[in-house]
Amino acid sequence: MSLDKATVARIARLARIKVPAGEEDALAADLSRILAFVEQLNELDCTDVPPMTSSEAMKLRRRADEVTDGGIPEKVLANAPEARDGYFTVPKVVE
Amino acid sequence: MSTTTASAESKNLIEGKTGHWEVVIGLEVHAQVLSKSKLFSGAAIAFGAEPNSQVSLVDAAMPGMLPVINGFCVEQAVRTGLGLKAQINMRSVFDRKNYFYPDLPQGYQISQFTQPIVGRGELVLDLPGGESRTVGITRLHLEQDAGKSIHDQDPQLTFIDLNRSGTALMEIVSEPDMRSAEEAAAYLKKLRSILRYLGTCDGNMDEGSLRADVNVSVRKPGAPFGTRCEIKNVNSIRFVQQAVEYEARRQIELIEEGGTVKQQTRLFDANRGETRAMRTKEEAHDYRYFPDPDLLPLELEPDFVARIKATLPELPDEKKARFMKDYGLTAYDAGVLVAERASADYFEAAAKGRDGKSAANWIMGDLFAVLNKTGVGIEQSPVSAEALGGMLDLLKDGTISGRIAKDVFVAMVETGKPAKVIVEEKGLKQITDTGPIEAAADKVIADNPKQVATYKGGNQNLIGWFVGQVMKATGGKANPGVVNEILKKKLAE
Amino acid sequence: MSALTDLTLAEARDGLKAKKFSAAELTDAHVKAVEAARPLNAYITETPELAKKLAAESDARIASGDARALEGVPLAIKDLFCTENVRTTAASKILGNFIPQYESTVSGKLLAAGAVSVGKTNLDEFAMGSSNATSAFGAVANPWKRKGDNRPLVPGGSSGGSAAAVAARTCLGATGTDTGGSIRQPAAFCGIVGIKPTYGRCSRWGIVAFASSLDQAGPFARTVRDTAILLREMAGFDAKDSTSVEKAVPDFEKALTGDVRGLRIGIPKEYRMDGMSREIEDLWAKGIAWLKDAGATPVDISLPHTKYALPAYYIIAPAEASSNLARYDGIRYGLRVPGESIDDLYENTRGAGFGAEVRRRVMIGTYVLSAGYYDAYYLKAQKVRSLIARDFEEAYKKVDAILTPTAPSAAFALGEKSDDPITMYLNDVFTVSVNLAGLPGISVPAGLSSDGLPLGLQVIGRPFDEETVFRVAGVVESQAKFTAKPDGAA
Ligand SMILES: [Mg+2]
Ligand SMILES: [Zn+2]
Repeated sequence: MSLDKATVARIARLARIKVPAGEEDALAADLSRILAFVEQLNELDCTDVPPMTSSEAMKLRRRADEVTDGGIPEKVLANAPEARDGYFTVPKVVE
Repeated sequence: MSTTTASAESKNLIEGKTGHWEVVIGLEVHAQVLSKSKLFSGAAIAFGAEPNSQVSLVDAAMPGMLPVINGFCVEQAVRTGLGLKAQINMRSVFDRKNYFYPDLPQGYQISQFTQPIVGRGELVLDLPGGESRTVGITRLHLEQDAGKSIHDQDPQLTFIDLNRSGTALMEIVSEPDMRSAEEAAAYLKKLRSILRYLGTCDGNMDEGSLRADVNVSVRKPGAPFGTRCEIKNVNSIRFVQQAVEYEARRQIELIEEGGTVKQQTRLFDANRGETRAMRTKEEAHDYRYFPDPDLLPLELEPDFVARIKATLPELPDEKKARFMKDYGLTAYDAGVLVAERASADYFEAAAKGRDGKSAANWIMGDLFAVLNKTGVGIEQSPVSAEALGGMLDLLKDGTISGRIAKDVFVAMVETGKPAKVIVEEKGLKQITDTGPIEAAADKVIADNPKQVATYKGGNQNLIGWFVGQVMKATGGKANPGVVNEILKKKLAE
Repeated sequence: MSALTDLTLAEARDGLKAKKFSAAELTDAHVKAVEAARPLNAYITETPELAKKLAAESDARIASGDARALEGVPLAIKDLFCTENVRTTAASKILGNFIPQYESTVSGKLLAAGAVSVGKTNLDEFAMGSSNATSAFGAVANPWKRKGDNRPLVPGGSSGGSAAAVAARTCLGATGTDTGGSIRQPAAFCGIVGIKPTYGRCSRWGIVAFASSLDQAGPFARTVRDTAILLREMAGFDAKDSTSVEKAVPDFEKALTGDVRGLRIGIPKEYRMDGMSREIEDLWAKGIAWLKDAGATPVDISLPHTKYALPAYYIIAPAEASSNLARYDGIRYGLRVPGESIDDLYENTRGAGFGAEVRRRVMIGTYVLSAGYYDAYYLKAQKVRSLIARDFEEAYKKVDAILTPTAPSAAFALGEKSDDPITMYLNDVFTVSVNLAGLPGISVPAGLSSDGLPLGLQVIGRPFDEETVFRVAGVVESQAKFTAKPDGAA
């Protein structure tokens, strides 16, 4: 599958990544090459092979319902590029 | 069993220029799980805390932070599933729903997509006039809540508070089985009632612990489903009703004017009582769901589910059936009494070993009137269930008449004293020995020769008037039955 | 002073206990070595003050006789591990001047064992790379150079800074992370030992995530014994990581018996790839012979789906990464490039904050998960992953461990491999399957190429059988008698 500029633009938008002007074609070429590479998998017939999400065969552990965290607003906000009155701030979002 | 029962009952149809329309409604309800800590972190859950004070480094999605699931939230989801008579999935999977939003710190919401913890269930609507109808539950899944965006603090900025971020939600999705705003409201009322009985959600809509996304479409009766609009985060039952009414009208007029309904996410503006399309770009949402690699599949043990099942409380529907059977209540009365656990408990305490019907009448009549007027809940009722029961006993054994009882009840509300004491103090005891009644009867007969004549002339209905006079003379304390007999005897002479 | 930096970790540990030298002296020697090695660009952040403070504490403990397992041992930490109050960058612009308010579980365990941290090492941005060339803080130079050729060579990646730092004698060991070969390949390129333990052995809590289902932390050192000592302190159950496994951590050092008699060593035919260099093939043959001499039995095995491991990896890893890196949005920490709207802010921040390779992978990952492509790419890759894991399960019915080359070549010069991403990806051809199957794998320096560069052999074990891996690796090490040192060493 080779990607056209429009598709690359769509993906870039989904990923919220601005592609520097003039790089679209090079990027489209790279991504297409990578896709061509991974499409080797099409050689394999995987009907009724179960997908593997984790290499572990264990059960999900469950935590007790106890308050063991929080109460650290200063740590939460310590690295904030912009904050005010204990809130993170961003440009106005319109709904 | 669901959609079929939702046939186009003509009373639900909406009149349009081009004829009748049917509105089709499905609800996605987000119910905040009652728990001490969050779904995947140990931070506390509490409404109205200082901004970002109930946030762990996990909730803030700091680099390298990882989720660990809260077992009690899993239990609450299973309990709710059982309460909705739903299928419990012994294996479910957490997926990431990927999208960018300032109050979504991870850039994805941990939710359940293809394999939710709870599958198909059902919920019975209690409709006016004691009718009921079953609505299908599609699924219930566990997911994280987002943080809070505050838009009105600054003209240029949106403020972000992550206290709510990571709180456990149950998303409960219904089938598109509702056919009127009233039914949508009834669904939400009933769901909230069940959640409260189960203790899995406080159902507090103004604090946002219960939010509804309402899917509305319209169609000509019998036609296939129309295009639906989703009205997001409606936070009161009244608003749900208003939103559906407005949205149905809007769609009907749109179509009748030759337009077509666009699939849309809309907001309900409570002040205007109308819905409007969200301004956020409706660009194709592509959530790129995939299993969260930080978590493993959630597997439940059969005894875990059995243990929860064994501790389920009696739920509204069973209670209602029992009240109708054991106390002979009408479906309507039983429905009203079980809606809140507190009123159901009050009724049972007052009605135990007594006449359930009159207990129900007193509670739903005089008591509810007082509670509404004073605006207190039944838990703080000025008249305890025991006290009301005491009064019912005096009525039953004839110590007081129904008419006196009304006054006694008022006095109970005012003084908080038991009925017995009030009756003693005010000497409201019913007169049953005939002496004073005979005297009163003789006097009435003597004083009213004209009426006596008409009566004897054949107008037997006048007896009621004579009884009234005697009752008045005895300050209502006389036993009306006895008075009636005595008068008949005397007037026959 | 160079004597102190030439010690193995085990020798240093014992020397400190025996009070032959102080932790302060040992640390001072390494802090100087770190400065001397600056041309290599192996460190993003040096922490000499922290090191001196920790060394002083260690000397106090040694004096009072309550020294811990790694008391006073100078180590370097890959800059992917969050370190409390010490800037953590993941070698990316997007983290800006991020100062974690927390310590990753693994680095925390090392500090709790008395280790002295001399700095945070360079890496490929977000651990995405095999040459350390994608770092926003500049490439790292391999301390090794080809005979009669002064061109700088890559140290491998993504943990290239850690590998170079250990090879250059600026620390006695270092942490790394391995998602597709990021510990083993740089270890091979730099002539040191590096092990990726079984998935779930080391906690991932506090490590900047690349691909959550593949990432594992592990140690670098100059001997197998030293990595065994380090792994014992790094490993262990962590309730804060749902994928951390509740298993006792053995004393790996005790596994180094030198006795491999009766062990069956699998030799997978699929790893004998056409176009594989003669040198690598000979080295592999030597390795087989060494183990045979030591009493082990080489067994020919087949891992039929090997050739599909890289393609599957380059779907799964980018997919997980595209989601894991969504949190770098310029709102709560890190770089923020302003914009008119919130979406402009996102796009500007992420466009400027991520380097070319990270942008490529995030976009590939976004694409393979997007509507209409999930089944064809992501789901398919997960099924192939099952097949690859099965290959190993089958093999381990016949053998106790597997021996392969670590990488298809020795270290190369920057720009020597074409800038086609695929060519770079092929570096991991022998290592990715191990991540996909979640197995332990170690790289041991086993010889030199004709132009004088180190080459490594990889030993792969059963899940949670690091002991056998160490035992076999120990024998390869002692047979290989690899004593060469890079000229670039301090
Ligand atoms: Mg929804
Ligand atoms: Zn939801």
